[in-house]
Amino acid sequence: MSNELFRTCPESGLQFHRPAERLMKAHAVVAVVILLLGGIAALLVTLTRWPAVHLLPADRFYQLLTSHGVNMLIFWIISFEIAILYFCSSTLLKCRLATPKLAWVGFGLMLLGIIVNNLAVANGDASVMMTSYVPMPANPNFYLGLILFAVGALIGCFIFLATLVVAKDEKTYEGSIPLVTFGALTACIIAVFTIASGAIVLVPTWLWSLGYINNIDAAMYRIVWWALGHSSQQINVAAHVSVWYAIAAIVFGARPLSEKVSRTAFFLYIAFLQLASAHHLLVDPGLSAEWKIFNTSYAMYLAVLASMVHGLTVPGSIEVAQRAKGYTKGLFQWLQKAPWSNPIFSGMFISLVGFGFLGGISGVVMGTEQINIIIHNTIYVPGHFHATVVIGTTLAFMSLTYFLIPTLFRKQVAFPGIAKLQPYFFGIGMSVFALAMMGAGTLGVERRHWDMAFTNSTLAFEYPASAYTLMGIMGVAGVVAILGGAMYILVTVTSVFFGKPVGSESSYGFTTARVSRADPLIVPEGGHAAAGKWGFAAPGTFLLAIFFLVTFILYYAVNWKYLASVWPLS
Amino acid sequence: MSAIQPPAETVWWKQPLDKVEGTWIAIALVWSLFMFFMMPFWHVYGKQNLSSEAYKTTPQAYMAKTQAMVDQYTIRTETDAKLPVVRPPPGSDVYLLGRLWQWWPLLELEKGQTYRLHISSMDWQHGFSLQPVNINTQILPGYEMVLTITPDTDGEQTIICNEFCGIGHHNMVGKIYVTEGET
Ligand code: HEM
Ligand SMILES: [Cu+2]
Repeated sequence: MSNELFRTCPESGLQFHRPAERLMKAHAVVAVVILLLGGIAALLVTLTRWPAVHLLPADRFYQLLTSHGVNMLIFWIISFEIAILYFCSSTLLKCRLATPKLAWVGFGLMLLGIIVNNLAVANGDASVMMTSYVPMPANPNFYLGLILFAVGALIGCFIFLATLVVAKDEKTYEGSIPLVTFGALTACIIAVFTIASGAIVLVPTWLWSLGYINNIDAAMYRIVWWALGHSSQQINVAAHVSVWYAIAAIVFGARPLSEKVSRTAFFLYIAFLQLASAHHLLVDPGLSAEWKIFNTSYAMYLAVLASMVHGLTVPGSIEVAQRAKGYTKGLFQWLQKAPWSNPIFSGMFISLVGFGFLGGISGVVMGTEQINIIIHNTIYVPGHFHATVVIGTTLAFMSLTYFLIPTLFRKQVAFPGIAKLQPYFFGIGMSVFALAMMGAGTLGVERRHWDMAFTNSTLAFEYPASAYTLMGIMGVAGVVAILGGAMYILVTVTSVFFGKPVGSESSYGFTTARVSRADPLIVPEGGHAAAGKWGFAAPGTFLLAIFFLVTFILYYAVNWKYLASVWPLS
Repeated sequence: MSAIQPPAETVWWKQPLDKVEGTWIAIALVWSLFMFFMMPFWHVYGKQNLSSEAYKTTPQAYMAKTQAMVDQYTIRTETDAKLPVVRPPPGSDVYLLGRLWQWWPLLELEKGQTYRLHISSMDWQHGFSLQPVNINTQILPGYEMVLTITPDTDGEQTIICNEFCGIGHHNMVGKIYVTEGET
């Protein structure tokens, strides 16, 4: 191995393969630019759904909502994920990236796809929402852009897999791959399945839009589209859970409570998540109850179980690491003494709590076969997924960025004071935003809708005043969250393009607790459990988990009760 | 070693579980199974379940059936557009269609009676959303969905569209009036 090809980050000890490093940077930069575009659209869309402001005209609103959905959900997240895949393979395994040239071809295709799709949406004849449900037609380039992007991403996935093979062959590590790489592998396997479904649904739809195919069945389209749309959310979950584990390791030197449990939980994702596109089809015509029940529950909620396990083991591993350092007082000293002003940690922790409490609970509740009747396509749905994909995935990626700026880009984090506050603005703003949407959705307010007052319609309808209040709260909180997003863009762009180089860990731009140097195994006397309570190594986390469960049960029960009050249906 | 390094024990799968993990997995598994069984339970003991009854159809065929019902049971018209209000007999098959951008026709039903409500789309996908009672389903072209409904509150219910269906989506409104039985 030639030495020039690798550089070792003096502070973190991470070893970067230069060609891989350039690719990671390119993907991350594109991702952040897209996040900016999506963020501008988010602002305008939010200001339109805020009833007192109602900013845009209807056609612009639907156009920008399409742009926001596609850019955020597909282009921002997947571009960043490819950077993470390269990091988790090449960097964590200290291995050269397989075929960097081909990786650039993948990058080029992704970028081209982004441009082609965005131009189609900008043209105004592709305002069909990211789901592009047939038979509503869009400019063919809308689908073509998505297809090109998907092919590029698929190349990235295969390069990740090839790099794992190279690392094994060249024996760059001993034993098994790290847990975080294992999580990335999970994400990658799901991604390959997802992209295949995407091809099955989008290629015919593209041909249909060009006039080569006569008819695409609407029900069939939805089944296959959601194999893409839902599984891609599983890529995100696997990826951001990996990022949580990575950050726990980076900031605290935390080790997984047990490799076996965490890896099995990742495996459950692969085994069961694929079935779950059903929960988008619970009120579609003609699907049998048995099919819906089995599939919406991902085969008896075993994948939900997996997320509940990660929800315990990630903070649990932090608690154990903190207790080993002597923060053993009471149940929560470990948490109190955590580095709350370090955005790598604070962002990750808000991401974890928000994903679990807001995104997780609401997702399982609305994915219950019968309860979906009172929630389907209301604004509750975007409320739920902004908690998963924005608080969960996006905020986790943002936190990781604060680590990548000094280690990957070798730049100091600019405006450290702003960086410190950023996760709070973004995380708390988004939480209130999501909760307000869920509240309004419970009152029946629709998603993807320009005018909840029905001003121009022949027949009138009025929502209760509380629905308007909630949509107003949504607007205010959304603007706060967007401010948090703008802070992130300001910090990252300034650091990466104009930042001062780093010289040492103390010049990172903010205080780091400890970067990536895993502690030599300190085991307290009598084992980890002795540093905890009740024979539990992580009693504080356990209590939090029980609190989560109680919240879950109560909210689940309330929704059944609400359902029982609607008209009998059979 | 930490989660970004290979596991310290090469045979990590033999490492024993901590009590905190084992306990939580057991609790979470029980809850997961409970939630799973809640759904079939509600099919047996609950009153709000969607049927899976649906038929393949075409816009023309569905339009013909709806028109026949409108011709037979219209009791009045509303607004300048003369939208028909249809009052089909209790227990009968009732046809509602979604098209760009209205729900047609308006319906008048009797409280406490059961109807077989058929819904289909003439063009793109629509979202049947009945407010304020809050019942939401997806409506597809080419598919005729049948819901057996029993209105148990009287007054005016509004059908809005909550699947994006183009530029007039937010104007797509229909009505179901529920009246007390006439005794
Ligand atoms: C500060 C940040 C954000 C704000 C204030 C915001 C706001 C909104 C609003 C108001 C809607 C429209 C809901 C409707 O009318 O149906 C929306 C839709 C959506 N947002 Fe965001 N958003 C933000 C960030 C994000 C991010 C980071 C993602 C993805 C990673 C995302 C993904 C989506 C998606 C997929 C939709 C649905 C589009 C559709 O219905 O087709 N958003 N967002
Ligand atoms: Cu519609």
